[in-house]
Amino acid sequence: MQCMTNNDGHMIEMTGIHKSFGALEVLRGVSLTVAKGEVVAIIGPSGSGKSTLLRCLCRLEAIDRGSIAVAGETLAAEVPGGRSRYVADAEARRICRKMGMVFQHFNLFPHLTVLDNLLEAPLTVKGLARADILPEAEALLRKVGLWEKRATYPSRLSGGQKQRVAIARALAMKPDIMLFDEPTSALDPELTGEVLKAMRQLAEEHMTMVVVTHEMAFAREVAHWVIFMDEGEIVEEGAPEEVFARPRMERTKAFLGSML
Amino acid sequence: MDYILSLIGPMVEGTAVTLQMFFVTIVLSLPLGLGLAMARISRFAALSGAVGVYIWLMRGTPLMLQLLFVYYGLPFIPYAGVTLPEFPAAAVAFVLNYAAYFAEIFRAGIQSIERGQYEGAKVLGMTYPQTMRRIVLPQVIKRVLPPVSNETITLVKDTSLIYVLAMNDLLRVTRSIVQRDFDLTPFMVAAVFYLAMTFVLTWMFEKMEKRYAVYDE
Ligand SMILES: Nc1ncnc2c1ncn2[C@@H]1O[C@H](COP(=O)(O)OP(=O)(O)OP(=O)(O)O)[C@@H](O)[C@H]1O
Ligand SMILES: [Mg+2]
Repeated sequence: MQCMTNNDGHMIEMTGIHKSFGALEVLRGVSLTVAKGEVVAIIGPSGSGKSTLLRCLCRLEAIDRGSIAVAGETLAAEVPGGRSRYVADAEARRICRKMGMVFQHFNLFPHLTVLDNLLEAPLTVKGLARADILPEAEALLRKVGLWEKRATYPSRLSGGQKQRVAIARALAMKPDIMLFDEPTSALDPELTGEVLKAMRQLAEEHMTMVVVTHEMAFAREVAHWVIFMDEGEIVEEGAPEEVFARPRMERTKAFLGSML
Repeated sequence: MDYILSLIGPMVEGTAVTLQMFFVTIVLSLPLGLGLAMARISRFAALSGAVGVYIWLMRGTPLMLQLLFVYYGLPFIPYAGVTLPEFPAAAVAFVLNYAAYFAEIFRAGIQSIERGQYEGAKVLGMTYPQTMRRIVLPQVIKRVLPPVSNETITLVKDTSLIYVLAMNDLLRVTRSIVQRDFDLTPFMVAAVFYLAMTFVLTWMFEKMEKRYAVYDE
């Protein structure tokens, strides 16, 4: 009997992940471990597979090989023959609810007001009553500074406001882990600050976070661990003061140099 | 003037037949069209393919031919054949035909919704049916209102085809009066009746479009 839960404190454990799109191998044996309360930043050049890694984690793509466990529960595992399979759909959905995801392009629901964007999943997925979740949703909106915008439709918001709504929407499902895929890349430079501030606040509250980002200052100051990916592999990883101040690998040096 | 008033009675009766055919068709073909659209985009190739062929047949042949086939042809099909009275026969042909057109409108509408909407719903834990019902279809309605409105107005006028089954709809009633009286006035009156019906529809769709205008995409 395999024990489904282990308590070594790892919120995410991805091991030996391989993923190809046709002939293009995008992930070549990537392993990622995230401890509870840890903030991990993933950096790397365009096309290196950062988004794909996050997307495999929340089932927007399916891995070919490797295994994934979330909070000690198996989400995907290798089956005889070498390929990997995700667990049954309902089970996978339950496990993935522990993770909230924030996209580069927000993906807010345009036909719902800001408040209804937050309420939608707790209502439909958890089957909760509107009155029961309303106070919490309003509190979340206050927290990201958008309570006055609760009755507004997303199209009327600035990019920074949209992304803060997206963060609040993910938090409304009470995830234990938050995944961010370049949350500020689609924003005008002057709007990135308000989003990064909300993320910083989450980190201070000890949320477990995986952040794919081009914001080197954010990675340096907020992350506990930095991973540099290139061509589908983790080239170098370590504490931010190590990776940023004393990168060991040539590719890391070249990338960091290009980011200045 | 008295002559026109004398026309109203029979023409209202004809309009009742026209409206019945219109409402039966709308009420049945919209949901059927939605079901066909879902089947068309399904990942089961056999289902999607079969619906594709169905849509091609219904849109590729004249509605008039389909009407005649259901009424005169269906009884001769071995074993499965049934003889339908005029109204049900016409209703079957209209529903099957319009469902095909609505299916294409809905399919295009559903496929116009960005992938990010599905992804946003999925990472929040929503199932495919929940995503469709709560996220995708409400947005599809807004996008398909203009083409559905067009199709609906066309239907009002297409109902006049049922004259071939000798049903006394507005147009056939009008024509018999013209032939009886050798006077073209009934045609004018009929035009006014059709215009009134399409006016009401246009107005209703405009109201709906306004209601969906509360949000932009
Ligand atoms: N659905 C897909 N089908 C085919 N190729 C894909 C798909 N998604 C991603 N790719 C390819 O996989 C590679 C890795 O993409 P990915 O989006 O993971 O990179 P990234 O590191 O996130 O880059 P960026 O910094 O530009 O976001 C790229 O070459 C991309 O073109
Ligand atoms: Mg990316």
